[in-house]
Amino acid sequence: MIRINCPFCGTRDHSEFSYGGDGSIDYPALDATKEAWHDAVFMRDNICGVQLETWHHVHGCRMWLKIERDTLTHEIHSVRPAHPGLAAALSSEQEAGQ
Amino acid sequence: MTARRLDTGGRIDRTRQIDFRWDGKTLTGFAGDTLASALMANGESVLGRSFKYHRPRGIMSAGVEESGAIVTVGEGARREPNVKATMQELYEGLSASGQNAWPNVRFDLGAVNGLFSRFFAAGFYYKTFMGLPPFEWGHGTGLWMQYEKLIRKAAGMGTASREADPDTYDHAHGFCDLLVVGSGPAGLNAALTAAKAGRDVLLVEQDFELGGVYLNDPEAEQQRLDLVEAVRAAGVRIMTRTTAFGLYDDGTAGLLEKVTDHLSRPDPHLPRQRFWTVRAGATVLATGALERSIAFDNNDRPGVMTAASAQAYLNRFGVQPGERIVIATNNDSVYGTAAELAQAGAEVTVADYRREPSSETPTGVTVRTGMAPLSAIGKSGLQGIELAREAGTSWQKAERLDCDLLLVSGGWSPVVNLSSHRGAKPVWDAKEACFLPGETSEPIFHAGSSAGIWTREACEASGIAAAKKAMGQAADTLAPGGWTTPITPLYEVRLPNRQSKAFVDFQHDVTGDDVRLAQQEGFVSVEHLKRYTTLGMATDQGKMGNVIGLALMAEALGKDIPDVGTTRFRPPYTPVAISALSGRNVARHFKPLRRTPLHDWNLRYGATMTEAGLWHRPWYFARQGETIAEAYVREAATVRETVGICDVSSLGKIAVQGPDAAEFLNRVYTNGFAKLPVGKARYGIMLRDDGMVMDDGTTWRLGETEFLTTTTTAQAGKVMVWFDELLQTRWPDLKVHVSSVSDQWAGVSIAGPKSRETIAACLETGEDISNEALPFMGVARVRLKGGIDALIARISFSGERAYELYVPAASGEAMMDLLWPTAEALGGCLYGMEALGTLRIEKGHVTGVELDGRVTIDDAGLGKMASTKKPFIGSALRQRPELLREDRPQLVGIFPKDRSQRFNGGSILCRPGDPEGFGDGWITAVTHSPALGHWIGLGYIAGGVDAWQGTAVLANDPTRSGDVEVEIVSPHMVDPQGVRMHG
Ligand SMILES: [Zn+2]
Repeated sequence: MIRINCPFCGTRDHSEFSYGGDGSIDYPALDATKEAWHDAVFMRDNICGVQLETWHHVHGCRMWLKIERDTLTHEIHSVRPAHPGLAAALSSEQEAGQ
Repeated sequence: MTARRLDTGGRIDRTRQIDFRWDGKTLTGFAGDTLASALMANGESVLGRSFKYHRPRGIMSAGVEESGAIVTVGEGARREPNVKATMQELYEGLSASGQNAWPNVRFDLGAVNGLFSRFFAAGFYYKTFMGLPPFEWGHGTGLWMQYEKLIRKAAGMGTASREADPDTYDHAHGFCDLLVVGSGPAGLNAALTAAKAGRDVLLVEQDFELGGVYLNDPEAEQQRLDLVEAVRAAGVRIMTRTTAFGLYDDGTAGLLEKVTDHLSRPDPHLPRQRFWTVRAGATVLATGALERSIAFDNNDRPGVMTAASAQAYLNRFGVQPGERIVIATNNDSVYGTAAELAQAGAEVTVADYRREPSSETPTGVTVRTGMAPLSAIGKSGLQGIELAREAGTSWQKAERLDCDLLLVSGGWSPVVNLSSHRGAKPVWDAKEACFLPGETSEPIFHAGSSAGIWTREACEASGIAAAKKAMGQAADTLAPGGWTTPITPLYEVRLPNRQSKAFVDFQHDVTGDDVRLAQQEGFVSVEHLKRYTTLGMATDQGKMGNVIGLALMAEALGKDIPDVGTTRFRPPYTPVAISALSGRNVARHFKPLRRTPLHDWNLRYGATMTEAGLWHRPWYFARQGETIAEAYVREAATVRETVGICDVSSLGKIAVQGPDAAEFLNRVYTNGFAKLPVGKARYGIMLRDDGMVMDDGTTWRLGETEFLTTTTTAQAGKVMVWFDELLQTRWPDLKVHVSSVSDQWAGVSIAGPKSRETIAACLETGEDISNEALPFMGVARVRLKGGIDALIARISFSGERAYELYVPAASGEAMMDLLWPTAEALGGCLYGMEALGTLRIEKGHVTGVELDGRVTIDDAGLGKMASTKKPFIGSALRQRPELLREDRPQLVGIFPKDRSQRFNGGSILCRPGDPEGFGDGWITAVTHSPALGHWIGLGYIAGGVDAWQGTAVLANDPTRSGDVEVEIVSPHMVDPQGVRMHG
């Protein structure tokens, strides 16, 4: 059981979350070419090591998270909200707290 | 073996006699006995037959490593095979029997397998059958399966009950700062140290008493009692009869607590077992070490067992296990046992492989040096042991000693299984001749003999040190070892060119010869060796013999053990029942049940329910004496003639709100939503990124910045997750909020020519819902009689004039109490899923069975709904060449050629005379159409309607109806112009 430290809920079992996918993909604009979309949707790296992933806290706060996870050891290096605005707000709050 | 119960001594309670049954006989034991100790005390020596050769087997150990006394416990639905008698507590009325033998373990006809043992050597299945005609190249599979059945019956491992498990099992969750596994000298001291430092400590012990090896040492009893008392006083939470069967990520441990397996009449409110998930800050593994055997001829005979187990039977269970005992060893650990057995009156000879063993010979014990066991004599009862002496690089027969019990100590294997679960690779220590726990960066700390520490004082100290390390404090690491004279490794004793049956895996009947054979055949990786010979793959995971197998493999390869390595241990350490894994999630609790707000109302009005995903929905409302077929045909016909009411509350409903809500929907749906006027609904289709259809539904614009999106019942959760993902990960700049409101609304569809009349009669203030005021796809807020606020949309799934009416869930029944009497008076009906299906099939409307994830919007005949004026999710990849092929399967309607015939959903559509392969298409749904008066269907066929004009097609269903000739027609089978719906 991987334990994930949700920025909104605290540390929870991974069974509360569902895995999304590759978090490093920059999806093309909707009107981009089908070749660009093909690369984004189908051409994925099979990383042995630290990978950026999206996870959904589906049985918790329902927030999408970006997680750096080592695919070899399951070690989690970082967790942040997938929404960049929320991530920025949280980190500035933490800085203010310090 | 001539074992007998002693009059005094041991931890058993001789005042509490326990009657139990073994193979139909009633025997007697005492409280504190295991099934194994009680059987031994009763002189039962043959307890089972082996897996492949049906060799007689008896007790080989006193613990979890047991490979011989594997029995079936319980009767009827509670019959459980492969129970280790050494781990089963005795209770009044326990009923057990031997396995793998017919008619019984003492006289077994299957033992004839032993005569054909060469057929059962390593890789036997593959070589004998799979590689030869008629089995080669995938032929003859049927014949192979027949053979396999017979072989499996001849070789076996007990049989489970076929009845449903009558017991309950719980799932439980726990947290602690420190988890300590094992309560021997190391574990108790580790728990005490951490608890005294204020840590929340959980101590788990698989035995029913705390103490580990202390339990086998009467002189240590006071020390044990003091330690246990101190541990309790320090606030340690203690769980006995609990096995930590696996370690997982981030300090998670799986525990199995056997709650009632030791009780004759358990409280019915208690679960039989609890499956615990514990999250620990740190873990101390004080899991001990297991004594291993030596491979020599007939080393599996009843009467051959580990040396340490004799000490347990003598000191813990008060059983003298033999009268004339030979102890074969290569290390110091047996000498205490030898002395105690001699003191209890046995004649004891130690055959020590080492030429210069320990300096002190215990009183009453004879020691023969330089001797090793060569062959056990006697079949069901041990009569003696042939010893051998080393001569150069080979062995030479030395002498025969008579004995009724042979104790073997081939060295000790630390239990490194749990840290190996975490990927810590065990490391071979040549000096101690064992694998020691490997390095791990996780907070997991081995202590005691699980770290190769052999003396009790050092084990106690290592427990304290491990606890300190677990708390982040400095502590010295204790070195492994501790014997006076070092162990001399000894794995196998055999004469050159002499046939022998020397077992390395007793439960799976794997011999030394099997290991060498596998090597000869090219299986040089230890992982391949394991799978080919099945070494270590039985329910005991090869706890007594794995190391021997590896050593023999290394020898055969001319390598050292570290170069061969060891296989990675996998959970569970000991078997876990499937019932414990499933816990309470069985039968009605297997999955959640969802009920609509109208559930009870539907039942009161005669609904027969059906399951639709997690939902219970009305299937049909039968009138007196009606069959389902009569009911749904009547219901569907009534909708087209007058009016029908159907509960559609289970549809997914998502409130999409915010300044950018229209833009968001415009990107998600294939068709345009930006310009949808307030007060209008629109049917929409959404695709996945890859261009395939994800879901469909209607979206209602309730205000400039407020929409209500409906999804199919099945995809409601998935669509909600998708909206969340898009808004949070891809389009964070859009100012949109989505919330699931599926459970907040009760919804009904009111369909049929008299639907408007029905609703109008229920409105409070005579609001205008005429065709002009509320045209097709119009949306309005209305108020029902009694002041119930409602949303109404003129939407049709049935092809009739129809409305969906939503009220707050709590007002659902009140709405039905208004609508139903009105509709009934107009000759209407309530209708369920079956009639709903009929109506939509007649109209060619798609549902989940048509939109199965492999279908494009064009395949479903809805290509016109894909906008060419704007991009949307999936618009790029739906243009892939493969998805644009003209001959892709496309949605069609299906009629039987002979209109009196019927056909089945799931049939393959193919050309006459060609029912091979995948055919040209398939049927997704069928119904009897009251509008057309015959059976109709929907399906997909290559090229669609145009490609099959005038061509004969067969609906092929070989297992049910056979072939039915059909016609391919437009999917819009009733009222293709939609006149009825718009009127
Ligand atoms: Zn959360």
